[in-house]
Amino acid sequence: MLIDELRGVYFILLKDLRAYYFKPPNISWGILFPLVLALAFSLRNPAGLGELAPGLIAMAAVFGTTSMEAIVITFERRTGALERLLLAPISIKSILMGKVLGGTVFGLMISGVMTGISITLFGMRVVNPLWFTASLSLTLLTLSALGALIAVSVKEVFEAQTLSNYFRFPMIFLCGVFIPVEAMPLPLQAISYLLPLTYSVDALKATTTGLSSLQGLMLDAAALSLFLIVFLTAANVLLKRSLK
Amino acid sequence: MEASIKTVDLTKSFGDLVAVDHVNFEVGVGEVFGFLGPNGAGKTTTIRMLVGLTTPSEGTATVAGYDILEDIVEVKRRVSVVPETSNLYDELSVWDNLLFASRLYHVPRRDRADRIKGLLETFHLRERRDTPFGRLSRGLKRRVVIAAALVHQPRIVFMDEPTAGLDVMSALSLRKFIGELRLEDTTVFLTTHYIEEADQLSDRVAIIVEGKIVTVDTSENIKSSVRGIPVIEALLSKEPDMSMMDELGELGEVERTERKIKIVTGNVTEVLDSLIHLASQRGIRFEYVNTIRPSLEDAFVRLTGVSPDVMRAEKERGRR
Repeated sequence: MLIDELRGVYFILLKDLRAYYFKPPNISWGILFPLVLALAFSLRNPAGLGELAPGLIAMAAVFGTTSMEAIVITFERRTGALERLLLAPISIKSILMGKVLGGTVFGLMISGVMTGISITLFGMRVVNPLWFTASLSLTLLTLSALGALIAVSVKEVFEAQTLSNYFRFPMIFLCGVFIPVEAMPLPLQAISYLLPLTYSVDALKATTTGLSSLQGLMLDAAALSLFLIVFLTAANVLLKRSLK
Repeated sequence: MEASIKTVDLTKSFGDLVAVDHVNFEVGVGEVFGFLGPNGAGKTTTIRMLVGLTTPSEGTATVAGYDILEDIVEVKRRVSVVPETSNLYDELSVWDNLLFASRLYHVPRRDRADRIKGLLETFHLRERRDTPFGRLSRGLKRRVVIAAALVHQPRIVFMDEPTAGLDVMSALSLRKFIGELRLEDTTVFLTTHYIEEADQLSDRVAIIVEGKIVTVDTSENIKSSVRGIPVIEALLSKEPDMSMMDELGELGEVERTERKIKIVTGNVTEVLDSLIHLASQRGIRFEYVNTIRPSLEDAFVRLTGVSPDVMRAEKERGRR
Protein backbone atom coordinates (compact mmCIF):
# COMPACT_ATOMS: atom_id res chain seq x y z
CA MET A 1 0.00 0.00 0.00
CA LEU A 2 1.22 3.47 -0.88
CA ILE A 3 0.55 4.84 2.61
CA ASP A 4 2.71 2.10 4.18
CA GLU A 5 5.48 2.90 1.71
CA LEU A 6 5.30 6.63 2.49
CA ARG A 7 5.32 5.91 6.21
CA GLY A 8 8.36 3.70 5.68
CA VAL A 9 10.16 6.53 3.87
CA TYR A 10 9.31 8.95 6.68
CA PHE A 11 10.40 6.60 9.48
CA ILE A 12 13.70 5.80 7.77
CA LEU A 13 14.32 9.53 7.31
CA LEU A 14 13.49 10.21 10.95
CA LYS A 15 15.73 7.39 12.13
CA ASP A 16 18.66 8.52 9.95
CA LEU A 17 18.36 12.10 11.16
CA ARG A 18 18.39 11.00 14.80
CA ALA A 19 20.98 8.26 14.50
CA TYR A 20 23.45 9.98 12.18
CA TYR A 21 22.83 13.47 10.84
CA PHE A 22 21.69 15.45 13.87
CA LYS A 23 24.64 14.56 16.04
CA PRO A 24 26.59 17.49 17.54
CA PRO A 25 29.77 16.93 15.44
CA ASN A 26 27.77 16.82 12.22
CA ILE A 27 25.71 19.89 13.10
CA SER A 28 28.85 21.86 13.98
CA TRP A 29 30.48 20.71 10.72
CA GLY A 30 27.32 21.70 8.88
CA ILE A 31 27.59 25.23 10.27
CA LEU A 32 31.37 25.60 10.17
CA PHE A 33 31.85 24.31 6.61
CA PRO A 34 29.86 27.09 4.89
CA LEU A 35 31.26 29.68 7.31
CA VAL A 36 34.86 28.73 6.49
CA LEU A 37 34.04 28.55 2.79
CA ALA A 38 32.50 32.03 2.91
CA LEU A 39 35.41 33.43 4.92
CA ALA A 40 37.98 31.96 2.53
CA PHE A 41 36.32 33.49 -0.52
CA SER A 42 35.65 36.84 1.12
CA LEU A 43 39.36 37.13 2.05
CA ARG A 44 40.46 36.10 -1.43
CA ASN A 45 38.12 38.37 -3.37
CA PRO A 46 35.97 40.71 -1.27
CA ALA A 47 34.43 42.29 -4.36
CA GLY A 48 31.89 40.34 -6.40
CA LEU A 49 30.96 37.92 -3.65
CA GLY A 50 27.30 38.43 -4.41
CA GLU A 51 27.95 37.03 -7.88
CA LEU A 52 29.87 34.08 -6.50
CA ALA A 53 27.24 33.32 -3.83
CA PRO A 54 24.99 31.01 -5.93
CA GLY A 55 28.06 28.92 -6.78
CA LEU A 56 29.02 28.73 -3.10
CA ILE A 57 25.49 27.65 -2.19
CA ALA A 58 25.69 24.94 -4.85
CA MET A 59 29.09 23.86 -3.52
CA ALA A 60 27.68 23.66 0.02
CA ALA A 61 24.85 21.56 -1.38
CA VAL A 62 27.32 19.17 -3.06
CA PHE A 63 29.28 18.55 0.13
CA GLY A 64 26.26 18.63 2.41
CA THR A 65 24.35 15.97 0.52
CA THR A 66 27.04 13.57 -0.63
CA SER A 67 29.50 13.59 2.30
CA MET A 68 27.37 12.11 5.09
CA GLU A 69 24.95 10.09 3.01
CA ALA A 70 27.63 8.00 1.33
CA ILE A 71 29.02 7.20 4.78
CA VAL A 72 25.61 6.38 6.25
CA ILE A 73 24.65 3.90 3.54
CA THR A 74 28.03 2.12 3.36
CA PHE A 75 28.23 2.05 7.17
CA GLU A 76 24.79 0.48 7.43
CA ARG A 77 25.69 -2.04 4.77
CA ARG A 78 28.76 -2.99 6.79
CA THR A 79 26.97 -3.34 10.11
CA GLY A 80 24.05 -5.27 8.62
CA ALA A 81 21.59 -2.46 9.41
CA LEU A 82 20.84 -2.00 5.70
CA GLU A 83 19.95 -5.68 5.52
CA ARG A 84 17.55 -5.09 8.41
CA LEU A 85 15.80 -2.46 6.28
CA LEU A 86 15.75 -4.80 3.28
CA LEU A 87 13.95 -7.38 5.44
CA ALA A 88 11.16 -4.95 6.24
CA PRO A 89 7.87 -5.04 4.32
CA ILE A 90 8.64 -1.98 2.21
CA SER A 91 10.10 -1.65 -1.27
CA ILE A 92 13.73 -0.95 -2.08
CA LYS A 93 12.58 2.29 -3.72
CA SER A 94 11.13 3.49 -0.41
CA ILE A 95 14.29 2.53 1.47
CA LEU A 96 16.36 4.49 -1.03
CA MET A 97 14.00 7.44 -0.88
CA GLY A 98 14.26 7.54 2.92
CA LYS A 99 18.05 7.55 2.61
CA VAL A 100 18.02 10.23 -0.12
CA LEU A 101 15.77 12.47 1.97
CA GLY A 102 18.18 12.15 4.92
CA GLY A 103 21.00 13.50 2.75
CA THR A 104 18.66 16.16 1.36
CA VAL A 105 17.71 17.47 4.80
CA PHE A 106 21.36 17.61 5.89
CA GLY A 107 22.29 19.33 2.63
CA LEU A 108 19.45 21.79 3.19
CA MET A 109 20.89 22.66 6.57
CA ILE A 110 24.36 23.40 5.17
CA SER A 111 23.20 25.22 2.04
CA GLY A 112 20.64 27.07 4.18
CA VAL A 113 23.45 28.41 6.37
CA MET A 114 25.36 29.36 3.20
CA THR A 115 22.28 31.10 1.80
CA GLY A 116 21.86 33.03 5.06
CA ILE A 117 25.50 34.15 4.95
CA SER A 118 25.17 35.09 1.28
CA ILE A 119 22.11 37.25 1.93
CA THR A 120 23.31 38.93 5.12
CA LEU A 121 27.03 39.31 4.44
CA PHE A 122 27.52 39.11 0.68
CA GLY A 123 24.50 41.15 -0.27
CA MET A 124 22.98 38.42 -2.40
CA ARG A 125 19.34 39.10 -3.35
CA VAL A 126 16.85 36.38 -4.03
CA VAL A 127 14.82 37.84 -6.88
CA ASN A 128 12.57 34.84 -7.35
CA PRO A 129 12.17 33.09 -3.96
CA LEU A 130 9.78 30.43 -5.25
CA TRP A 131 12.06 29.29 -8.05
CA PHE A 132 15.12 29.67 -5.81
CA THR A 133 13.56 27.30 -3.25
CA ALA A 134 12.40 24.88 -5.94
CA SER A 135 15.82 24.88 -7.67
CA LEU A 136 17.72 24.41 -4.41
CA SER A 137 15.37 21.58 -3.31
CA LEU A 138 15.72 19.81 -6.65
CA THR A 139 19.50 20.28 -6.52
CA LEU A 140 19.66 18.76 -3.04
CA LEU A 141 17.47 15.82 -4.01
CA THR A 142 19.49 15.13 -7.17
CA LEU A 143 22.87 15.37 -5.47
CA SER A 144 21.61 13.24 -2.59
CA ALA A 145 20.47 10.62 -5.12
CA LEU A 146 23.96 10.77 -6.62
CA GLY A 147 25.36 10.16 -3.12
CA ALA A 148 23.08 7.13 -2.75
CA LEU A 149 24.15 5.79 -6.14
CA ILE A 150 27.82 6.13 -5.20
CA ALA A 151 27.20 4.45 -1.84
CA VAL A 152 25.39 1.41 -3.25
CA SER A 153 28.11 0.96 -5.89
CA VAL A 154 30.83 0.30 -3.31
CA LYS A 155 31.35 -1.80 -0.22
CA GLU A 156 33.56 0.26 2.06
CA VAL A 157 33.17 3.72 3.57
CA PHE A 158 36.55 4.90 2.23
CA GLU A 159 35.62 3.70 -1.27
CA ALA A 160 32.47 5.79 -1.10
CA GLN A 161 34.48 8.86 -0.11
CA THR A 162 37.03 8.35 -2.88
CA LEU A 163 34.37 7.77 -5.50
CA SER A 164 32.40 10.81 -4.28
CA ASN A 165 35.47 12.97 -4.87
CA TYR A 166 35.66 11.81 -8.49
CA PHE A 167 32.30 13.52 -8.98
CA ARG A 168 32.52 16.39 -6.49
CA PHE A 169 35.71 18.12 -7.57
CA PRO A 170 35.17 18.00 -11.36
CA MET A 171 31.64 19.30 -10.76
CA ILE A 172 32.93 22.23 -8.71
CA PHE A 173 35.42 23.22 -11.40
CA LEU A 174 33.32 22.51 -14.49
CA CYS A 175 29.83 23.58 -13.53
CA GLY A 176 30.18 27.33 -13.33
CA VAL A 177 30.81 27.65 -9.60
CA PHE A 178 33.98 29.72 -10.12
CA ILE A 179 34.26 30.17 -13.88
CA PRO A 180 31.17 30.70 -16.05
CA VAL A 181 30.53 27.70 -18.28
CA GLU A 182 30.48 29.94 -21.36
CA ALA A 183 34.06 31.06 -20.63
CA MET A 184 35.40 27.49 -20.73
CA PRO A 185 36.83 25.72 -23.82
CA LEU A 186 34.19 23.92 -25.88
CA PRO A 187 35.13 20.33 -24.88
CA LEU A 188 34.87 21.29 -21.21
CA GLN A 189 31.57 23.03 -21.87
CA ALA A 190 30.28 19.80 -23.40
CA ILE A 191 31.34 17.87 -20.29
CA SER A 192 29.79 20.47 -18.00
CA TYR A 193 26.36 19.95 -19.57
CA LEU A 194 26.59 16.28 -18.60
CA LEU A 195 26.86 17.22 -14.92
CA PRO A 196 23.83 18.12 -12.77
CA LEU A 197 25.53 20.92 -10.87
CA THR A 198 25.73 23.03 -14.07
CA TYR A 199 21.95 23.26 -14.09
CA SER A 200 21.83 23.95 -10.33
CA VAL A 201 24.31 26.82 -10.55
CA ASP A 202 22.52 28.20 -13.60
CA ALA A 203 19.14 28.10 -11.84
CA LEU A 204 20.47 29.56 -8.58
CA LYS A 205 22.22 32.37 -10.47
CA ALA A 206 19.08 33.06 -12.45
CA THR A 207 16.88 33.28 -9.38
CA THR A 208 19.31 35.60 -7.58
CA THR A 209 20.06 37.92 -10.52
CA GLY A 210 16.74 37.72 -12.33
CA LEU A 211 18.65 37.42 -15.61
CA SER A 212 16.96 34.28 -16.91
CA SER A 213 13.65 33.53 -18.52
CA LEU A 214 11.07 31.14 -17.13
CA GLN A 215 11.91 28.74 -19.96
CA GLY A 216 15.55 28.75 -18.84
CA LEU A 217 14.53 27.90 -15.27
CA MET A 218 12.17 25.20 -16.46
CA LEU A 219 14.92 23.71 -18.61
CA ASP A 220 17.23 23.60 -15.57
CA ALA A 221 14.47 22.00 -13.50
CA ALA A 222 13.78 19.43 -16.22
CA ALA A 223 17.49 18.56 -16.52
CA LEU A 224 17.83 18.17 -12.73
CA SER A 225 14.68 16.03 -12.62
CA LEU A 226 16.10 13.82 -15.35
CA PHE A 227 19.36 13.40 -13.41
CA LEU A 228 17.33 12.63 -10.27
CA ILE A 229 15.37 9.89 -12.03
CA VAL A 230 18.52 8.41 -13.59
CA PHE A 231 20.42 8.36 -10.27
CA LEU A 232 17.49 6.88 -8.32
CA THR A 233 16.81 4.24 -10.96
CA ALA A 234 20.47 3.24 -11.17
CA ALA A 235 20.76 3.06 -7.36
CA ASN A 236 17.59 0.97 -7.21
CA VAL A 237 18.90 -1.43 -9.87
CA LEU A 238 22.27 -1.79 -8.14
CA LEU A 239 20.71 -2.43 -4.74
CA LYS A 240 18.30 -4.95 -6.24
CA ARG A 241 21.16 -6.66 -8.05
CA SER A 242 22.93 -7.12 -4.73
CA LEU A 243 19.98 -9.31 -3.68
CA LYS A 244 20.30 -11.64 -6.67
CA MET B 1 0.45 -30.86 9.59
CA GLU B 2 -0.39 -27.27 8.63
CA ALA B 3 2.69 -25.92 6.86
CA SER B 4 4.23 -22.69 7.97
CA ILE B 5 7.10 -23.06 5.51
CA LYS B 6 7.11 -25.32 2.48
CA THR B 7 9.94 -25.39 -0.02
CA VAL B 8 9.59 -26.88 -3.48
CA ASP B 9 12.88 -27.68 -5.21
CA LEU B 10 14.36 -24.50 -3.78
CA THR B 11 17.67 -23.91 -5.52
CA LYS B 12 20.29 -21.18 -5.54
CA SER B 13 23.30 -21.11 -7.81
CA PHE B 14 26.15 -18.61 -7.92
CA GLY B 15 27.70 -19.23 -11.32
CA ASP B 16 28.76 -22.87 -11.35
CA LEU B 17 28.40 -23.23 -7.61
CA VAL B 18 25.09 -24.71 -6.50
CA ALA B 19 24.76 -23.41 -2.95
CA VAL B 20 21.27 -24.84 -2.35
CA ASP B 21 20.27 -27.77 -4.50
CA HIS B 22 16.57 -28.62 -4.98
CA VAL B 23 15.75 -28.47 -1.29
CA ASN B 24 12.35 -29.76 -0.15
CA PHE B 25 11.02 -29.62 3.39
CA GLU B 26 7.98 -28.52 5.37
CA VAL B 27 7.83 -26.81 8.73
CA GLY B 28 4.61 -26.93 10.74
CA VAL B 29 2.89 -24.05 12.50
CA GLY B 30 4.31 -23.58 15.99
CA GLU B 31 7.15 -25.95 15.31
CA VAL B 32 10.74 -25.33 16.36
CA PHE B 33 12.71 -26.52 13.36
CA GLY B 34 16.44 -27.01 13.70
CA PHE B 35 18.39 -26.43 10.50
CA LEU B 36 21.87 -27.84 10.83
CA GLY B 37 24.82 -28.22 8.56
CA PRO B 38 28.54 -27.58 8.26
CA ASN B 39 29.81 -24.12 7.34
CA GLY B 40 29.02 -23.31 3.72
CA ALA B 41 26.39 -26.06 3.51
CA GLY B 42 23.69 -23.65 2.35
CA LYS B 43 21.88 -22.80 5.62
CA THR B 44 22.18 -19.03 5.38
CA THR B 45 21.42 -18.99 1.65
CA THR B 46 18.26 -20.99 2.31
CA ILE B 47 17.13 -18.51 4.98
CA ARG B 48 18.00 -15.55 2.75
CA MET B 49 15.75 -16.97 0.04
CA LEU B 50 12.91 -17.64 2.48
CA VAL B 51 12.92 -14.06 3.79
CA GLY B 52 13.38 -12.31 0.46
CA LEU B 53 17.01 -11.24 0.79
CA THR B 54 17.96 -13.22 -2.28
CA THR B 55 15.95 -14.70 -5.13
CA PRO B 56 15.98 -18.43 -5.86
CA SER B 57 17.56 -19.60 -9.13
CA GLU B 58 14.97 -22.39 -9.34
CA GLY B 59 12.01 -23.64 -7.36
CA THR B 60 10.05 -21.66 -4.81
CA ALA B 61 8.70 -21.73 -1.28
CA THR B 62 5.57 -20.79 0.60
CA VAL B 63 6.19 -18.90 3.83
CA ALA B 64 3.29 -18.04 6.16
CA GLY B 65 0.93 -18.97 3.33
CA TYR B 66 2.52 -16.67 0.71
CA ASP B 67 4.75 -17.53 -2.22
CA ILE B 68 8.19 -15.96 -1.88
CA LEU B 69 8.30 -15.19 -5.61
CA GLU B 70 4.83 -13.69 -5.84
CA ASP B 71 4.14 -12.04 -2.47
CA ILE B 72 7.42 -11.34 -0.77
CA VAL B 73 6.10 -8.17 0.93
CA GLU B 74 3.30 -10.22 2.54
CA VAL B 75 5.92 -12.77 3.63
CA LYS B 76 8.05 -10.00 5.12
CA ARG B 77 5.09 -8.70 7.14
CA ARG B 78 4.76 -12.08 8.84
CA VAL B 79 8.34 -13.14 9.47
CA SER B 80 11.33 -11.77 11.29
CA VAL B 81 15.00 -12.58 11.36
CA VAL B 82 17.31 -12.65 14.34
CA PRO B 83 20.68 -12.34 12.63
CA GLU B 84 23.89 -13.76 13.96
CA THR B 85 25.34 -10.28 14.45
CA SER B 86 23.55 -7.57 16.39
CA ASN B 87 22.61 -5.07 13.69
CA LEU B 88 20.56 -2.43 15.47
CA TYR B 89 21.53 1.24 15.67
CA ASP B 90 24.27 2.01 18.19
CA GLU B 91 23.30 5.66 18.49
CA LEU B 92 19.64 5.02 19.28
CA SER B 93 18.39 3.98 22.70
CA VAL B 94 16.86 0.56 23.32
CA TRP B 95 13.39 2.16 23.28
CA ASP B 96 14.05 4.06 20.03
CA ASN B 97 15.40 0.95 18.33
CA LEU B 98 12.27 -0.99 19.26
CA LEU B 99 10.07 1.94 18.27
CA PHE B 100 11.75 2.13 14.85
CA ALA B 101 11.26 -1.62 14.36
CA SER B 102 7.58 -1.34 15.30
CA ARG B 103 7.08 1.57 12.87
CA LEU B 104 8.87 -0.19 10.05
CA TYR B 105 6.61 -3.23 10.47
CA HIS B 106 3.45 -1.11 10.57
CA VAL B 107 2.50 -1.87 14.18
CA PRO B 108 -0.52 0.40 14.83
CA ARG B 109 0.45 3.55 16.71
CA ARG B 110 -1.95 2.79 19.61
CA ASP B 111 -0.29 -0.59 20.22
CA ARG B 112 3.35 0.42 19.91
CA ALA B 113 4.10 1.62 23.45
CA ASP B 114 2.35 -1.34 25.12
CA ARG B 115 4.03 -3.82 22.80
CA ILE B 116 7.49 -2.34 23.50
CA LYS B 117 6.89 -2.16 27.26
CA GLY B 118 5.84 -5.82 27.24
CA LEU B 119 9.01 -6.84 25.42
CA LEU B 120 11.19 -4.79 27.76
CA GLU B 121 9.61 -6.69 30.65
CA THR B 122 9.98 -10.09 28.98
CA PHE B 123 13.63 -9.55 28.22
CA HIS B 124 14.45 -7.77 31.51
CA LEU B 125 15.42 -4.59 29.69
CA ARG B 126 13.18 -2.10 31.48
CA GLU B 127 16.08 -0.46 33.29
CA ARG B 128 17.95 -0.09 30.01
CA ARG B 129 15.22 1.49 27.92
CA ASP B 130 17.09 4.80 27.56
CA THR B 131 20.58 3.33 27.16
CA PRO B 132 22.07 3.67 23.68
CA PHE B 133 22.25 0.27 22.02
CA GLY B 134 25.99 0.68 21.39
CA ARG B 135 26.69 0.84 25.14
CA LEU B 136 25.05 -2.48 25.98
CA SER B 137 26.93 -5.70 26.70
CA ARG B 138 26.87 -8.45 24.07
CA GLY B 139 24.23 -10.43 25.96
CA LEU B 140 21.96 -7.41 26.40
CA LYS B 141 22.38 -6.47 22.73
CA ARG B 142 21.29 -9.95 21.77
CA ARG B 143 18.17 -9.60 23.89
CA VAL B 144 17.30 -6.27 22.27
CA VAL B 145 17.82 -7.73 18.79
CA ILE B 146 15.42 -10.56 19.62
CA ALA B 147 12.91 -8.13 21.15
CA ALA B 148 13.10 -6.03 17.96
CA ALA B 149 12.41 -9.14 15.90
CA LEU B 150 9.28 -9.89 17.92
CA VAL B 151 7.77 -6.41 18.10
CA HIS B 152 5.41 -7.01 15.16
CA GLN B 153 4.38 -10.42 16.52
CA PRO B 154 5.69 -12.44 13.56
CA ARG B 155 4.28 -15.85 12.74
CA ILE B 156 7.72 -17.19 11.88
CA VAL B 157 11.03 -16.24 13.47
CA PHE B 158 14.27 -17.17 11.72
CA MET B 159 17.03 -17.37 14.30
CA ASP B 160 20.60 -17.57 13.08
CA GLU B 161 22.93 -18.69 15.87
CA PRO B 162 20.80 -17.01 18.55
CA THR B 163 23.01 -17.98 21.50
CA ALA B 164 26.40 -17.51 19.85
CA GLY B 165 28.71 -15.55 22.10
CA LEU B 166 26.27 -15.40 25.00
CA ASP B 167 27.17 -16.20 28.60
CA VAL B 168 25.66 -19.37 30.07
CA MET B 169 22.82 -17.62 31.90
CA SER B 170 21.77 -15.51 28.91
CA ALA B 171 21.89 -18.55 26.65
CA LEU B 172 19.76 -20.53 29.12
CA SER B 173 17.14 -17.84 29.41
CA LEU B 174 17.04 -17.43 25.63
CA ARG B 175 16.53 -21.16 25.13
CA LYS B 176 13.69 -21.03 27.63
CA PHE B 177 12.15 -18.18 25.69
CA ILE B 178 12.42 -20.04 22.37
CA GLY B 179 10.52 -22.89 24.00
CA GLU B 180 7.82 -20.44 25.10
CA LEU B 181 7.41 -19.08 21.56
CA ARG B 182 6.19 -22.50 20.50
CA LEU B 183 3.31 -22.19 22.95
CA GLU B 184 2.15 -19.07 21.12
CA ASP B 185 2.07 -20.95 17.79
CA THR B 186 5.08 -19.01 16.55
CA THR B 187 7.22 -21.08 14.24
CA VAL B 188 10.94 -20.94 14.98
CA PHE B 189 13.44 -21.75 12.25
CA LEU B 190 16.68 -22.24 14.12
CA THR B 191 20.20 -22.54 12.77
CA THR B 192 22.91 -23.23 15.29
CA HIS B 193 26.33 -24.76 15.64
CA TYR B 194 25.42 -26.02 19.10
CA ILE B 195 24.01 -29.42 18.18
CA GLU B 196 22.87 -30.07 21.76
CA GLU B 197 20.91 -26.84 21.61
CA ALA B 198 19.13 -27.96 18.45
CA ASP B 199 18.53 -31.37 20.04
CA GLN B 200 17.06 -29.81 23.15
CA LEU B 201 14.88 -27.19 21.46
CA SER B 202 13.80 -28.57 18.11
CA ASP B 203 10.70 -30.60 17.36
CA ARG B 204 12.38 -31.71 14.15
CA VAL B 205 15.80 -31.26 12.63
CA ALA B 206 16.97 -30.98 9.03
CA ILE B 207 20.61 -31.54 8.14
CA ILE B 208 21.92 -29.91 4.99
CA VAL B 209 25.23 -30.87 3.41
CA GLU B 210 26.64 -29.29 0.25
CA GLY B 211 23.31 -27.69 -0.51
CA LYS B 212 21.30 -30.91 -0.21
CA ILE B 213 19.04 -32.02 2.61
CA VAL B 214 20.37 -35.34 3.89
CA THR B 215 17.71 -35.89 6.53
CA VAL B 216 14.60 -34.25 8.02
CA ASP B 217 13.24 -35.93 11.10
CA THR B 218 12.86 -35.74 14.86
CA SER B 219 16.20 -35.78 16.60
CA GLU B 220 15.20 -39.07 18.28
CA ASN B 221 14.66 -40.70 14.89
CA ILE B 222 17.91 -39.28 13.54
CA LYS B 223 19.75 -40.65 16.57
CA SER B 224 18.03 -44.01 16.12
CA SER B 225 19.32 -44.21 12.57
CA VAL B 226 22.85 -44.52 13.95
CA ARG B 227 21.85 -46.16 17.25
CA GLY B 228 22.89 -49.65 16.15
CA ILE B 229 26.50 -48.67 16.50
CA PRO B 230 27.64 -48.02 20.08
CA VAL B 231 30.30 -45.51 20.97
CA ILE B 232 33.05 -45.92 23.54
CA GLU B 233 34.08 -42.64 25.05
CA ALA B 234 37.15 -42.37 27.28
CA LEU B 235 39.07 -39.58 28.96
CA LEU B 236 42.74 -40.50 29.24
CA SER B 237 45.35 -39.19 31.68
CA LYS B 238 47.40 -37.95 28.72
CA GLU B 239 47.07 -37.59 24.98
CA PRO B 240 47.48 -40.88 23.09
CA ASP B 241 50.47 -41.07 20.73
CA MET B 242 50.23 -41.63 16.97
CA SER B 243 50.97 -45.37 17.15
CA MET B 244 48.15 -45.88 19.65
CA MET B 245 45.81 -43.88 17.43
CA ASP B 246 46.82 -46.00 14.44
CA GLU B 247 46.13 -49.23 16.31
CA LEU B 248 42.80 -47.91 17.60
CA GLY B 249 41.93 -46.88 14.06
CA GLU B 250 42.06 -50.51 13.03
CA LEU B 251 39.37 -51.34 15.63
CA GLY B 252 36.81 -48.72 14.65
CA GLU B 253 36.15 -45.11 13.69
CA VAL B 254 38.16 -42.95 16.11
CA GLU B 255 37.71 -39.29 16.93
CA ARG B 256 40.09 -37.51 19.33
CA THR B 257 39.84 -34.14 21.05
CA GLU B 258 43.03 -33.73 23.14
CA ARG B 259 42.74 -36.41 25.87
CA LYS B 260 39.20 -37.46 24.98
CA ILE B 261 38.66 -40.23 22.45
CA LYS B 262 35.50 -41.63 20.94
CA ILE B 263 35.46 -44.97 19.14
CA VAL B 264 32.47 -46.02 17.08
CA THR B 265 32.53 -49.81 16.98
CA GLY B 266 30.41 -52.86 16.46
CA ASN B 267 32.31 -54.90 19.07
CA VAL B 268 32.45 -53.11 22.40
CA THR B 269 34.05 -55.91 24.45
CA GLU B 270 36.94 -56.56 22.11
CA VAL B 271 37.63 -52.87 21.53
CA LEU B 272 37.49 -52.11 25.26
CA ASP B 273 40.03 -54.91 25.95
CA SER B 274 42.32 -53.57 23.25
CA LEU B 275 41.94 -50.00 24.47
CA ILE B 276 42.83 -50.95 28.04
CA HIS B 277 45.77 -53.01 26.81
CA LEU B 278 47.13 -50.25 24.56
CA ALA B 279 46.75 -47.64 27.29
CA SER B 280 48.45 -49.72 29.96
CA GLN B 281 51.38 -50.42 27.60
CA ARG B 282 51.96 -46.65 27.48
CA GLY B 283 51.31 -45.97 31.13
CA ILE B 284 48.11 -44.10 30.35
CA ARG B 285 45.39 -44.19 33.00
CA PHE B 286 41.66 -43.76 32.43
CA GLU B 287 39.84 -40.87 34.05
CA TYR B 288 36.60 -42.40 32.81
CA VAL B 289 35.37 -44.89 30.24
CA ASN B 290 31.82 -44.88 29.04
CA THR B 291 29.74 -46.73 26.51
CA ILE B 292 27.22 -44.33 25.14
CA ARG B 293 24.38 -44.38 22.73
CA PRO B 294 24.88 -41.99 19.84
CA SER B 295 23.88 -38.38 20.38
CA LEU B 296 22.53 -36.02 17.73
CA GLU B 297 26.10 -34.77 17.50
CA ASP B 298 27.29 -38.29 16.62
CA ALA B 299 24.52 -38.58 14.06
CA PHE B 300 25.53 -35.19 12.67
CA VAL B 301 29.15 -36.29 12.38
CA ARG B 302 28.16 -39.49 10.62
CA LEU B 303 25.84 -37.73 8.22
CA THR B 304 28.05 -34.75 7.41
CA GLY B 305 31.53 -36.07 8.05
CA VAL B 306 32.29 -32.83 9.93
CA SER B 307 33.00 -32.52 13.63
CA PRO B 308 30.90 -29.82 15.33
CA ASP B 309 34.03 -28.73 17.25
CA VAL B 310 35.80 -28.04 13.96
CA MET B 311 32.70 -26.31 12.67
CA ARG B 312 32.46 -24.07 15.73
CA ALA B 313 36.16 -23.24 15.58
CA GLU B 314 35.82 -22.24 11.90
CA LYS B 315 32.81 -20.14 12.76
CA GLU B 316 34.67 -18.38 15.58
CA ARG B 317 37.59 -17.64 13.25
CA GLY B 318 35.14 -16.20 10.71
CA ARG B 319 33.55 -14.03 13.38
CA ARG B 320 36.94 -12.61 14.40
